[in-house]
Amino acid sequence: MTEALSSRIQIVAIVAVAFFFFIISRLIIQGKLRTEYSFIWIVMGLVMLFFTVYRNALDLLAGYFGVYYAPSLIFIFFFFGVFFFLIHLSVVSSKHQEQIKKLTQENALLKERLNKEGKSSPQ
Amino acid sequence: MAKPSKILLVIPCYNEAANILPLHTEITKLNFDNCEIQALFVNDASADDTLARIKELGLTHLENAVNLGIGGTVQLGFLYALENGFDFVVQMDGDGQHPPSQLHKILWPLIAGEADVVIGSRFMSSEGFRSTVLRRAGITLISHLNKALSGVRVYDSTSGFRGYNRVAITQLAEYYPDEYPEPEAVLYLAHKKMKMLEVPVLMNERVAGISSIRSFGSIYYMGKVLLNILFLHFRMKHD
Repeated sequence: MTEALSSRIQIVAIVAVAFFFFIISRLIIQGKLRTEYSFIWIVMGLVMLFFTVYRNALDLLAGYFGVYYAPSLIFIFFFFGVFFFLIHLSVVSSKHQEQIKKLTQENALLKERLNKEGKSSPQ
Repeated sequence: MAKPSKILLVIPCYNEAANILPLHTEITKLNFDNCEIQALFVNDASADDTLARIKELGLTHLENAVNLGIGGTVQLGFLYALENGFDFVVQMDGDGQHPPSQLHKILWPLIAGEADVVIGSRFMSSEGFRSTVLRRAGITLISHLNKALSGVRVYDSTSGFRGYNRVAITQLAEYYPDEYPEPEAVLYLAHKKMKMLEVPVLMNERVAGISSIRSFGSIYYMGKVLLNILFLHFRMKHD
């Protein structure tokens, strides 16, 4: 009975991971996700797939690290993963802000120059 | 007679529709010997009719396609000045706080070569608008920090009524802080060995519109300015 139940959750997990891969590949194909970001999500998907297929891998890992409650291992890994990824995104966002500023300034100067030239040369 | 000095007045405008005409009228009254004065209105993607007012009057202007904030907007003025061969830049707020009638006090020391940067200060005379007690305390704290880090004491380090010569303009076109830029720019210019002079000017309270620093934001303002100053200091020491 418990065998059947736990394999049912395994099927659900595998379907969820498959769906995750489907979403990621769709975003890449549509050009909405750049390859450098897709990389981290693909790796994350593979990790999830590994743990859904080899269900006792988590327990073995927890045993190795001496963690009593195996799921807390998931939380700690995900917490640090997400944390560092957020720092990375703040860096990217700061870089973009700087680039947008430069572009806007350049654009304003060009627009003014075009206006001036338009006024001075008779059409 | 010497070649006339080309002076650019950089006026950042964000939602200042009501202030454009009075400011323009005052600027047109300015007449200094041997000086060509050009006003440049920089519209920072205002949500009101600022741009329409500027265009109606046919004023020289730049338009930001997206809102950049005061730092990026003023820096755009410096870039324009470099590109168009101006000798001096005076930045003044578009909100009527900085009366053009005070311009000569900033301009003369620059033209005379007494300083690279001239800062119009509210605190060197007891007349005119001098801000609230709390805000003055904050400004004093900033000015002490700047002094400790750079050795240069500027009393009114948040004043946005400033003039620069070409050497200083070149430095600022390269780097100008984004948000609440004035105190940080003082430290930057001090580290760049620019000679700074503070002169007393009379300022008005805002004529119309709302100030960019509101009371509920003042704690954030202080925190951000102090952090920015420290970070900039260590960055410049590092380079």
